Amino acid sequence: MDYFIELLFSGLSRGAIYALIALGYTMVYGIIGLINFAHGEIYMIGAFTSFIIATILTILGFPGLAIILLAGLAAVIWSASYGYTIEKVAYKPLRHAPRLSALISAIGMSMFLQNYVLLAQTSDFLPFPQLVPDFDFMEPIAHIVGSSDMVILVTTTVVMICLTILIKYTKIGKAMRATSQDRTMAMLVGINVNRIISITFIIGSSLAAIGGMLVASHIGQINFYIGFIAGIKAFTAAVLGGIGSIPGAVLGSVVLGLTESFATGYVSSDYEDVFAFSLLVLILIFKPSGLLGKADTQKV
Amino acid sequence: MLKLENVESGYGNILAVKGISLEVNQGEIITLIGANGAGKSTTLLTISGIVECRSGRILLNEEEIHPLGTDDIVKRGICQVPEGRHIFPQLTVQENLDMGAFMRNDTRQIKEDLDYVYSLFPILEERRNQDGGTLSGGEQQMLAVSRALMAKPQLLLLDEPSMGLAPLIIKQIFEIIKKINQENNVTIFLVEQNANQALQIADRGYVIENGKITITGSADSLLSNQDVRKAYLGL
Repeated sequence: MDYFIELLFSGLSRGAIYALIALGYTMVYGIIGLINFAHGEIYMIGAFTSFIIATILTILGFPGLAIILLAGLAAVIWSASYGYTIEKVAYKPLRHAPRLSALISAIGMSMFLQNYVLLAQTSDFLPFPQLVPDFDFMEPIAHIVGSSDMVILVTTTVVMICLTILIKYTKIGKAMRATSQDRTMAMLVGINVNRIISITFIIGSSLAAIGGMLVASHIGQINFYIGFIAGIKAFTAAVLGGIGSIPGAVLGSVVLGLTESFATGYVSSDYEDVFAFSLLVLILIFKPSGLLGKADTQKV
Repeated sequence: MLKLENVESGYGNILAVKGISLEVNQGEIITLIGANGAGKSTTLLTISGIVECRSGRILLNEEEIHPLGTDDIVKRGICQVPEGRHIFPQLTVQENLDMGAFMRNDTRQIKEDLDYVYSLFPILEERRNQDGGTLSGGEQQMLAVSRALMAKPQLLLLDEPSMGLAPLIIKQIFEIIKKINQENNVTIFLVEQNANQALQIADRGYVIENGKITITGSADSLLSNQDVRKAYLGL
């Protein structure tokens, strides 16, 4: 039973990380109908930024909590500015071009950022400092759920609640929903659609940066390639849940995380991806719009 | 108030509006009538800056507005109820109205205007927490007009408010349009295929054919014009 609960928690924390990234995919898709393939790289840049800041602050002898907060803040700001810039440089000029052009631009941006970090940093794995200490109060259950899993779960939950409040109740959130439902009408009520798109990229990138830092400190090492794999997985989760749907992205991520965790635990870690993608195929066969996605009816 | 001078616009290689000039004065109800594909909706979308104005000038109170973005044009007081209503389907009625007041910050005034539109259309208040997409066609049209009013426009552009509605609802909508014009001093530019209804409430009218204005005059003179009667009134 303990083993089951252990797998459950590790699956949930894995799902939480996927969710942080998947939300960026799904929100951007909801607003401009583009799969932002460079999103995984934003997550990787978040991990690198927090790595650099955390290392510097550790050398300077800052206390643990301050390191986490400052490194996280730096990662969020830096990744958000990347997200904002990518949209302005690579997607905005293609707003009225065929969808495929923007998609190719996204893939190009992804490769560019990977290679840029490869050149600017290194191709080796870098050891990431353990930012989350082993809490004493977690001691009795430490064999089931680790402190950093717990931090991931709590942080993600808080972030999700904030995001839900933002989207459901604030003026900006309503404008985001309005823009994704009917862009022309959003313009006609005076919404500056370009600004809403920028805000969406900033929010999505910030979430990915938080995910990048959490996962890097959990796993303990990073390199320039981590964004690609995490990006593909999170994208899968977003599709699984129904691309464009925010609750769908979270649900898809949790389902994917649990599937991987149980597959690893009960079968073999070699089969982790086999199970994950088989699940995707099955769901897409029986519900092509994803778990919570709406069937895409084209207006004529 | 609003003046179009030789405006041309269109989509891709197709020119839909081929040099239109017209004028809307403060407090008037002006109607633009014409057949399908004559360029009526394109004219309205060009005024709102959704479709690019390729040549000519669009002036609001003597000031050119077509280089501005749509959001700035809305801020200057031109609001549009587009063809097909364009309700935000997954926002509630209340949220749709909130979006109408998007660029306003005068909370207290907004509340008063909200009460006002709910008094115009009590059914909307009953359905305030329902998603916009679940309303009937007539209710959606009421919501679309109300949403535009929430922006406190100087000039309201209405694109075929009668489309797809039952005659009784059409009558109600046109009565409200007249009421908005008289009570709130909102200037109205109404595009319609339902020429008879439109000319009944309008002060003046323009007839558009193939992207060009062919006939213009007071609503009464258009109602008695032989060509208009034949082509648009079916008499």
